[in-house]
Amino acid sequence: MSRFRHLISIDDLTKDDILYLLKQAERFEDIAMGKRCKYLEGKILANLFFEPSTRTRMSFETAMKRLGGDVINMTAHEASSVAKGETLADTIRVVSNYADAIVLRHPLEGSARFASENSTVPIINAGDGAGQHPTQTLLDLYTIMKESTLEGCKIALMGDLKYSRTVHSLIKALTLFNTTIYLISPPMLKLPAEFLEGLNGRIEEVELEDVISEIDVLYVTRIQKERFPDEEEYKKVSGSYVINRNIISRAKESMIVMHPLPRINEIDVDVDSTEHAKYFKQAFYGVPIRMAILYELLKDGDGCE
Amino acid sequence: MNDVKHLVISKIKDGTVIDHITPGLAILVLKILGIKPKSSEAVSMAMNVESAKMGKKDIVKVEGKYIGDQELNKIALIAPEATINLIQNYEIIRKFNVKPPEVVENIIKCPNPNCISNSNEPIKSRFRIFLDESRVKAVCDYCGRKLINLEDYI
Repeated sequence: MSRFRHLISIDDLTKDDILYLLKQAERFEDIAMGKRCKYLEGKILANLFFEPSTRTRMSFETAMKRLGGDVINMTAHEASSVAKGETLADTIRVVSNYADAIVLRHPLEGSARFASENSTVPIINAGDGAGQHPTQTLLDLYTIMKESTLEGCKIALMGDLKYSRTVHSLIKALTLFNTTIYLISPPMLKLPAEFLEGLNGRIEEVELEDVISEIDVLYVTRIQKERFPDEEEYKKVSGSYVINRNIISRAKESMIVMHPLPRINEIDVDVDSTEHAKYFKQAFYGVPIRMAILYELLKDGDGCE
Repeated sequence: MNDVKHLVISKIKDGTVIDHITPGLAILVLKILGIKPKSSEAVSMAMNVESAKMGKKDIVKVEGKYIGDQELNKIALIAPEATINLIQNYEIIRKFNVKPPEVVENIIKCPNPNCISNSNEPIKSRFRIFLDESRVKAVCDYCGRKLINLEDYI
């Protein structure tokens, strides 16, 4: 039996569930890199993307195929029945007759939870508007575990802390691991205070210069142009949140730099060739972690236990 | 009874009396109970009347009908101090305080325009109710929006 029926929100998982998935992901790494297996042979995954996505959709597709399963896609929704006005509830009811699990990305918050109430097969939330994106959080945790240390880690989150759902879910999950969290952002993109209600853990607003020499992880997010009233303001603010070689020269040798990608100019390309840069590795880790999730939701009881 | 001379609305023979409603919210109480324009219940209501316990209060009396506990407990969303008296033949046969339910469906409207519960899907709004520093608060089960002052969203 699977530990959970759907994956809707990181809040639905216990620390034990998370650690279990991270450990499973580690076991799938060689398969993620090409070793053949048939764990999910005969299973079909449906990708339902009502919003564009490159890496999330492709990494789910890769994960499913590496596990020996098949993938069906609905991406160009202009061409499908959605454009004719079909409800999400009906789309889900129909597709759950075709596939053994559904990956859903949808612009409305709570759509994945609603989909799970209308589905006969597991739903995996691949982002619901400004809401949840639990597989991103799991791959972030996995990257920290693999490239640094998760338990007790000192992590600085930098950039748009107000609107970034990636950051919001990650903070919640990190507080389970006895971490110290530093928040670095322009004043108008600060983490909303009510977000910290009910969270316990060491969380502090700082400047990068104050903590660069002691952190284990620097997690950088994109500052989006559309958050600013005008281009001038955007350029002024975003320019002061750029990571370059000069800044990271003051960091610990083991400090890692992460980014959910795509980056614009938050991380100078100069940093790419340093040992600190782990953002492309992070993108790769999306495959084994999604394999672990798919396997957990679709396994029949035999397989690679 | 010694408070007869203060009664603003008459006693009922059989039915449900909701007393100690937060002043000014009786109309919302009716709404929560599903009593709307063209409803057939015999209802009397008093707003902002004097109360020894609360200063001012509202009262709602529904004649000839015993409203179920589950329905009545929803009143706690906006009037946690409300008390219920079930009346039979002018006598109180049961008296209790309302308790907020853990989950309410289709009563609170989520203020988040991007919440799936505000779309044209076949969906009921659903909120989890909790007490925080003795205030009743709610969280949207779909988008996670937290609400205080629930009376603004009913």
